[in-house]
Amino acid sequence: MLPYLLIPLLPLSGFLIVGLFWPYFRGKGHWITVPLVALSCFLSIRAFMDTLNGPPLHYVVYNWIHSGHFTASISIMIDHLTAAMLVMVTVVSTLVHLYTVGYMKDDSGYDRFFSYISLFTFSMIMLLISDNLLELFFSWEGVGFCSYILIVHWYERRPSWLAANKAFIMNRIGDFGFLLGIFLTYTVFGTLDYSGIFQQIPAHLNDQILPFSAFHSQTSASVITVIALLLFVGAVGKSAQIPLHPWLPDAMEGPTPISALIHAATMVTAGIFMIARLSPIYNASHTALLVVGWTGAVTAFVAATIALTQRDIKKIVAYSTMSQLGYMVMACGVGAYGAGIFHLLTHGFFKALLFLAAGSVIHSLGGEQDIFRMGGLAKYMKLTFVTMLLGSLALSGIPPFAGYYSKDLILTEAFKDGSLGHVFWAIGVTTAILTAFYTFRLIFMVFTGKENFSHDGHHGHAPHESPLVMTIPLMILAVGAVFAGWAGEHFDIIGYLSQSMTVPHFSGTPAISEDSLKLISVIAGVVGIATAFLLYGRPSGVPLALSRTFRPLFELSQNKWYFDEIYDAVFTRPMIFLSFILWREVDKGVIDMVVNGVASSCQSIGSSLRRVQTGQLQNYALVMALGLFGMVSIFLFMK
Amino acid sequence: MVPLSWYVALSSTLFLIGLVGVLIRRNIVIVLLCIEIMLNAVNINFVAFSKYQHVIDGQIFVFFVITVAAAEVAVGLGIIIALFRLRETINIDEINILKL
Repeated sequence: MLPYLLIPLLPLSGFLIVGLFWPYFRGKGHWITVPLVALSCFLSIRAFMDTLNGPPLHYVVYNWIHSGHFTASISIMIDHLTAAMLVMVTVVSTLVHLYTVGYMKDDSGYDRFFSYISLFTFSMIMLLISDNLLELFFSWEGVGFCSYILIVHWYERRPSWLAANKAFIMNRIGDFGFLLGIFLTYTVFGTLDYSGIFQQIPAHLNDQILPFSAFHSQTSASVITVIALLLFVGAVGKSAQIPLHPWLPDAMEGPTPISALIHAATMVTAGIFMIARLSPIYNASHTALLVVGWTGAVTAFVAATIALTQRDIKKIVAYSTMSQLGYMVMACGVGAYGAGIFHLLTHGFFKALLFLAAGSVIHSLGGEQDIFRMGGLAKYMKLTFVTMLLGSLALSGIPPFAGYYSKDLILTEAFKDGSLGHVFWAIGVTTAILTAFYTFRLIFMVFTGKENFSHDGHHGHAPHESPLVMTIPLMILAVGAVFAGWAGEHFDIIGYLSQSMTVPHFSGTPAISEDSLKLISVIAGVVGIATAFLLYGRPSGVPLALSRTFRPLFELSQNKWYFDEIYDAVFTRPMIFLSFILWREVDKGVIDMVVNGVASSCQSIGSSLRRVQTGQLQNYALVMALGLFGMVSIFLFMK
Repeated sequence: MVPLSWYVALSSTLFLIGLVGVLIRRNIVIVLLCIEIMLNAVNINFVAFSKYQHVIDGQIFVFFVITVAAAEVAVGLGIIIALFRLRETINIDEINILKL
């Protein structure tokens, strides 16, 4: 058991050693953290191997809280779902650690950065191996905090801390719902342990509560549905689903390694992991599944449309992440948790690859992120080009790359889920076309065509390939992007995962055979790539003409469906206005007046009473004598 | 035998003389002397009541009072000399440094 305890503890000790003694490292922090994370990765793979043939591991490390009927323990539970996720998280984390050595070279916060990504890895592992909701929630907050602290790594830059605040506040909204869900879970089930909750679900299937009783409304709802939806609010925040998504693209202000690690492969998938982990709760509520499915489908589509017109290389990849997360959530919504997790795993590899490759491009151009100021980079950085191309093919769902298997599985599963499933499937296929299009728009703009970058931008010499320490992680991830999907299908990862997840049973057979469905999604990918080639593969005025013709649509997409503006108008500005009023009228007018009034009245009373103290000894003596005289007289007369 | 009321009257008179002296005199040495008068007025009371009630405690207490008074005068005169060196005055009105 002890070796598996080390999986979270190694990154934690890396964080503590480098974090506490950072002044002594001076740019050598990776000598501690990288081996520790790599060791943790090795142990995770061993744990994964163990679960292939053995029962899930469950081990209580210690009882954390014991109060009345409430108990919460810190436990390690490595079942099939966790083990698969652990391997992906630790592998990506190790590669990102390695990549960071090259990317963050000469950064003033080099050792700080390493200690924080180790802390993040620890929190993420704890999130995966938790066996109760409280432990899950604490690591959930832990990864959120690490995300914040890493986005704001370059804290002198205004966009960084604005983005970090935005991410933190948006996540806080989601976490509030999540916390309410945990409270309700405890109230209903009396326990926070997953197994305890799952056992009691059948007994509470028909329980009703009045969620709006505070507003004197008699609307009743199934308690399971309310729990599922409240917990889902947390997932919406963490996994950047509409409407709590705008923090994710902004989070790209952070250094690229954390965009790859946190905002593509691991933390943002925590929401999907949570839904899959709590699948018995979601299976018990048809309404909740419907909400989950629609949220995912809408997110997938909206994010894909936004990505079509963005110019920032990292924002494009970020919106594509959001879109793929939408796919996974949609998969959970149709009950295909296995497919969702499978896509999560493959996506972790190829999206981390795309981010790291994008980082490599940015690195070689000295910080340039606008794809319209790149072009023709293929001949300067062949390794980056090839790996990014592989990642893009995987993302577009072209066989035999990873994304084809997992995305296709989601679409097939969606199609099986009745007429609503057909709608989800249609949205999914449309999104797949858009995905292939914007991904290859990026490839063509960055790596082919005319060189639009300025040569003097980067010390006056031509762009160069990144150092080996950055390209090796790219190559390893590219292997994952190529083979992960095939391996998953070949070794029946769905069957493996379903040992720890209950999957609802689908009745009926689809009207179209699975082969034709697969063919349709491949065609969708090819159509997207072909369109991108026609528009951006060679110099043409078509994109500009199109953007003129469909100006409203173009602007809708370019302005991200005006989400930021709407939130600004509906929430931020009224809040600032209200705060301003409260500050000027209530704070300064009432509270300050009371406080200052007490102080100034004390002062004026004191200054008039001050005259009593003359400093003349005989005055005091006189008053004393008079007082004594008075007291004696009263005493005598009273008698 | 002299009645007790006479002693009490003498003591009260001395005490009042002392009190008025403390209150109205400006010379700080006189003020100190007046305090001594007040203490001795008290001593007379002690001795008188001790004698009339046949309890020795009062007379013993007088010794304490005399001792303390002697010590107090020594300290008081010391303070007066120090003050005089500092301010060159023994007028109590001019010594009002207790006031801020």
